[in-house]
Amino acid sequence: MTHENFEPKLVGFLCTWCSYTGADLAGTARMDYAPNMRVIRVMCSGRVDPQFVLKAFKEGADGVLISGCHPGDCHYQEGNYKALRRHRLLSKLLEQLGIEKERFRLEWVSAAEGAKFQKVCNEFTEEIRNMGPLNLNGGIHEQAKA
Amino acid sequence: MVKLTIDGKKVEVEEGTTILQAAEKLEIPIPTLCYHPLLEPYAACRVCMVELKGETCKLVPSCNTKVAEGMEIETKSERAVKARKLNLELIMARAPAAEKVQELAKEMGIEKTRFEIIDPDEKCILCGLCVRTCEEIVGANAISFANRGKDRMVFTPYGEPSEACIGCTACAFFCPTEAITFEDIHKRLVVHEEMELGPSTAVRVPIRQAVPMVPFIDEDSCIHFKTGECKICERVCEKEAINHEMEDEEIEVEVGSIILASGFKSFDASRIPAYGYGRYENVITALEFEKLVNASGPTSGKILMTNGNEPQAVGIVHCVGSRDKKYNEYCSRVCCMYSLKFAHLLKEKTNAEVYDFYIDMRCFGKGYEEFYHRLMKEGTNFIRGRVSEVTDMPLTEKEEGKLIIRVEDTLLGEIRRIPVDMVILATGLEPGIDQNEIAKVFNISCSQDSFFLERHPKLAPVSTFSDGIFLAGACQSPKDIPDTVAQAGAAASQALALADKGTFELEPITAVINEELCAGCQLCVSLCPFTAINYNAEKGISEINDALCKGCGTCVSACPSGASQQKHFRDEQIFAEIEGIFIE
Repeated sequence: MTHENFEPKLVGFLCTWCSYTGADLAGTARMDYAPNMRVIRVMCSGRVDPQFVLKAFKEGADGVLISGCHPGDCHYQEGNYKALRRHRLLSKLLEQLGIEKERFRLEWVSAAEGAKFQKVCNEFTEEIRNMGPLNLNGGIHEQAKA
Repeated sequence: MVKLTIDGKKVEVEEGTTILQAAEKLEIPIPTLCYHPLLEPYAACRVCMVELKGETCKLVPSCNTKVAEGMEIETKSERAVKARKLNLELIMARAPAAEKVQELAKEMGIEKTRFEIIDPDEKCILCGLCVRTCEEIVGANAISFANRGKDRMVFTPYGEPSEACIGCTACAFFCPTEAITFEDIHKRLVVHEEMELGPSTAVRVPIRQAVPMVPFIDEDSCIHFKTGECKICERVCEKEAINHEMEDEEIEVEVGSIILASGFKSFDASRIPAYGYGRYENVITALEFEKLVNASGPTSGKILMTNGNEPQAVGIVHCVGSRDKKYNEYCSRVCCMYSLKFAHLLKEKTNAEVYDFYIDMRCFGKGYEEFYHRLMKEGTNFIRGRVSEVTDMPLTEKEEGKLIIRVEDTLLGEIRRIPVDMVILATGLEPGIDQNEIAKVFNISCSQDSFFLERHPKLAPVSTFSDGIFLAGACQSPKDIPDTVAQAGAAASQALALADKGTFELEPITAVINEELCAGCQLCVSLCPFTAINYNAEKGISEINDALCKGCGTCVSACPSGASQQKHFRDEQIFAEIEGIFIE
């Protein structure tokens, strides 16, 4: 199955200090990147409640990105470590729900890394495009049939 | 106080003063050789003889005879002068090569010594200044007198290079007749590493433009920190400003805001081997040229090569370590202008032909472009192209003994070889050595080139992501002096604005706990990195201190009951955002 005409919907939770600023830099530096990422600003990647990710998938997201400061660089000292722990746990939960763990990404993007943000967006979009749309309910039904 | 008369003049001096010091007060000259005000009197040379009148009526050396009440002294009496002449003649016979002795003899009217000269090349007059210096001032005791009578001499133990010698050269400095010369066989000379660009002493002002303009003591070079003695500077400083016991101390100061101005590091030119820095003597960096051309520098501002000659042709290489993907991709911003200044100084101070190798001439500031045009009129040769190599391998006779700069002249479209005598490398600016550690301490970030990252490149170029921490100067990006001054002024005024206000506005994004929902599980207490959450045991709930809460929201996303919410980032708000972004 090819998904050439499929435009994935991606949600990005970006911390305001590093990744959101990095995304801003990508913009001010006029870097082109896939327009599929819809950004929600949070103060810290540690603010990302697992519910937000589940809600995003429920609302129709094909992939969710959490992006924060590099380890050791957190503006709030250790919020990104909390995000890292939650990402690991939530990935396991998502698999149980039939959501491939590749659809849920964690990336470190600093305020200076506009280029990295561009790269992450493009790569993630391509990856999800290849995987195809998230078929949440369908997947569950198929399992039920089997 | 003691009253006495010298040459008929009455004088009152403190008890314990010597006759020589009393005469000095009256400005009566008495010749000396072995006397030094910083050392105990020794009375070895005895050319300071004076006549004591009165009952005793005898000749005494003035340097070590203490004054007494009612003393009458003649410094120019026939007896005293005759004695001095005799003693000086004896010294002349001992050390005929000593210039200072010959001068003194001339002053006294002695043409020739009547005594037998043993060694016509001898300079040492056995005054003991060196031995006393080494013992009393330096405290090293490396040299001493050996033998007696006519065989007496200054000697090291067993005549071997002395292990006790710290190489301070103080003995040579105190020697009145230049009888001591130095050879640094153990490489122990107490000199600063900047020696190559001119000598420096242990007590010195770092640079002429230093602020504050006060000297400091370099512990590595100071004799006191080697032997525990000396402290001459302390003795001669009338203001008693010197204290060797002072130690570095860590001071804790509570401040409201901090301005970071940690500066830059100059690019290490030896990282580009093709330019030959460190291999060819006359390839120097911009900072070295600055020192060379400085009026207080090693050559008093004369532009000289290492062989002491003026260069006939000088090449200035731009963008060394800048605008180069292999080293630093960015433009260091200041090099073009200082290179033009160098070219101008070279034209002003020498007759040298000046070649200026540039990629692009970036004359970005007020009056800069005009200065560039002035230099073109002055006859500087501007060659557009990056220098590929500096070599000393000649291909033609003209290149013999020269440094040859190989460059592609992109305006002529050909490779050129230009022979010069001196090459100045316009080294770029790099972030400070401990830039990343400083950034960690202040919880700020660095941009990709490791310069400190400002809050916003256009709207907040002075502040950082940490409130109350501001940036000034080259630690933020390479910049010249006017730009640095402007940024520093802005940083200072922002810091002052905070201080003047006296209050600080918090972002209204702190977390709050709904008392009715809180179950008192204390999960949030352990998560808060700022210890802003306290457990109120009485009420059985957690409470947030608004002043400490920075609004990260970590506690909010962990709260199992939804009691903790972050203002402006409430769960419902973010849910609504998520819903909103999927509306087509």
